[in-house]
Amino acid sequence: MERTWSKSGPAADLLIKGGRVVDPEAGIDAAQDVLVTKGKVVELGKDLKPGKNAKVVDARDMLVMPGFVDLHTHFRTPGREDEEDLATATAAAAAGGYVAAFGMANTDPVVDTATVLRGLAETARAEAAIPVGFFAAVTRGLAGEQLTEMGELGAAGAVGFSDDGRPLATAALTRRALQYVKVSGRFVAVHAQDDSLFKGGQMHEGPVSARLGLTGIPSLCESLDVSRTLDVAEYEDAAVHICHVSTAASLAVIERAKAAGVRVTAEVTPHHLTLNDEAIAALDPNFKMNPPLRAESDRKALVEALRSGLLDCVATDHAPHAAEEKDVPFEEAPFGCIGLETAFSVLYGALVMNKALDLGTLVIRMSTAPARIAGLPAPSVSPGAVANLCVVDPRARWTVSAVGLQSRSFNSPWLGRELWARVKLTLAAGRVAWEDLA
Amino acid sequence: MPKRDLISIEDLSRADVELILDTAESFLPVLERDIKKVPTLRGRTIINLFWEASTRTSSSFDLAAKRLSADTLALKASGSAVEKGETLKDTAITLSAYSPDIIVMRHPSAGACQTLSANTEASVINAGDGKHQHPTQCLLDLFSMRQNLGRDLEGLRVFIIGDILHSRVARSDIMGFQMLGMEVTLVAPPTLMPRGIEEMGVKVEYDLANLKDADVLYLLRIQKERLKAGANFLPSLREYSELYGISRARLRPGQRVMHPGPINRGVEIASDIADDDENLIAHQVFSGLAVRMAILYRTIVGYSDGAVSGEVV
Repeated sequence: MERTWSKSGPAADLLIKGGRVVDPEAGIDAAQDVLVTKGKVVELGKDLKPGKNAKVVDARDMLVMPGFVDLHTHFRTPGREDEEDLATATAAAAAGGYVAAFGMANTDPVVDTATVLRGLAETARAEAAIPVGFFAAVTRGLAGEQLTEMGELGAAGAVGFSDDGRPLATAALTRRALQYVKVSGRFVAVHAQDDSLFKGGQMHEGPVSARLGLTGIPSLCESLDVSRTLDVAEYEDAAVHICHVSTAASLAVIERAKAAGVRVTAEVTPHHLTLNDEAIAALDPNFKMNPPLRAESDRKALVEALRSGLLDCVATDHAPHAAEEKDVPFEEAPFGCIGLETAFSVLYGALVMNKALDLGTLVIRMSTAPARIAGLPAPSVSPGAVANLCVVDPRARWTVSAVGLQSRSFNSPWLGRELWARVKLTLAAGRVAWEDLA
Repeated sequence: MPKRDLISIEDLSRADVELILDTAESFLPVLERDIKKVPTLRGRTIINLFWEASTRTSSSFDLAAKRLSADTLALKASGSAVEKGETLKDTAITLSAYSPDIIVMRHPSAGACQTLSANTEASVINAGDGKHQHPTQCLLDLFSMRQNLGRDLEGLRVFIIGDILHSRVARSDIMGFQMLGMEVTLVAPPTLMPRGIEEMGVKVEYDLANLKDADVLYLLRIQKERLKAGANFLPSLREYSELYGISRARLRPGQRVMHPGPINRGVEIASDIADDDENLIAHQVFSGLAVRMAILYRTIVGYSDGAVSGEVV
């Protein structure tokens, strides 16, 4: 059953020569040529010859990896196409090495009926450069009152259900959602947040918020709701996914739940893995997100949890905002930053190059694991697989700038920063989705 | 010369702070003359933008600019294009068309000074932004201390008492007092003490048991909105006054009381203390003028050229 859609295009015929193929699931980490014919990986080996229409890509000193899958994108479509649409979002995703991305339901209108979902699928067939899918809302209008028709939405291809941006405010609602979602065979993704502790919050609560005088969002605000959610999931034996985990306290809760056999998966964003609350000091609204950048001790715990697999996957929480929305005083700015185009570069530079994480583990967390959670076949660079891969020059340095980004918005915390590693080629669903070859 | 903003007290080095205080001192004779005006900033333009209510800060900035012969323009949110939904960025661009040298701003949101500064060539002086910073209040507090307690403030023990959580004055003062070598203790109900504040190098206490150790008591205003139903910062003003209010009975001789104003008599400060000549509260207001003259002057002429020459004054 379809749960992703994209526009059609010619199947790729390519010989990717001499790159370091890193596909830990297939047990490959070696310099290999990769022959792609009619959109499929047909052969790996040394000194392969291109087929007759095949373009040859010189990938010496480059990485060839399974393409990435993002479980947490805000496409802003429908409703805020001035910030992003499926064409720009998927261009950004492809430029970041992604081969699939899933959008959250907090659009206008909300994705809470099969009609809206089918409309998005139709738009994706016309515009999306890579396969995209969609979460449907848990409650109608994200109002937290009445469940959506999860049976029909699941049948129409919703990847899962989430009121992301809003928590499921009560234990009773969480319980009903985790019970009823079983009719769809999907899972619920939870934005964990105790609203009574969130009120007016601007940044992580701690010494930095004390010094800056910004209302704090305590780590407790997240971990309390994670705890309640997982207690309900255990009681109901339901599958649940925790969005954008940001605190060490939440990790402790998830660890206990996993040990008890609760069917929980969890994601973490590139910004929570690489930045901390000290970055707020300059009051730049591009560093304002929810959950907020946390303490350095939280950040370190997140990196370790991603390494160990306690956190299953990386997800961007790509959240475009119009320039005029972010060009306001910090306290008045909306939460969120973009991330699709920079995710791999940021994590490669900050974690892999610093030996906090090995490349194979990063590939699993960005590709294999999120694909499995979404119910997709895991992207692979092994023979027989549909070509869902990216070619990255790990030594290329590039500066994040508003004009160079594929996204329609440029609210990135890395704006003006120089990053390592640039995606040179992305093949998604057997087609060339992004190409930046010399 | 690149423009110089004063958004946080941390924008100043200790030498900068001392230079501002010295400069303020050199302006004092001007304020005692019959003609209280010098031509120092003639032809300069200073805009005061107050998006929040203010008496002391707005009036002293206005008067300070006039004493220095600058042209001034005062804008408030009510009656301006802000009421029509103009963004701060656009207000900044609009006002910049007049080529002001300095824009002084008070704003309810932290980060507003950064937004303003990014959109104007003028130097930005923060006259209070949300709960973030109020650096000019800190400088006038330091000036009052220096004038009344001696030039060397090193080792002086200051207790800041009251709503630390919501106070921009407290944050600027902690940094400024420490910069000049003072020891700072914070006293507040636990609900009004920011978590993690001790990492600023202050002592944190929830009662007045050690008040005898203080040389200076710096009292903060308790705002009525902290008592709103459901906020639960305080059960009552009565209990606050009982636990944290300063009256003569709680003071030992020689302890000096400061307050940024406006005061709440009978809440954080008893009338006997408020009316006492020993407190520095009126002197703080007086200092506001000379110190803000010094800040405006230094922002325009720079911090590098030492004390003000007699010729300039």
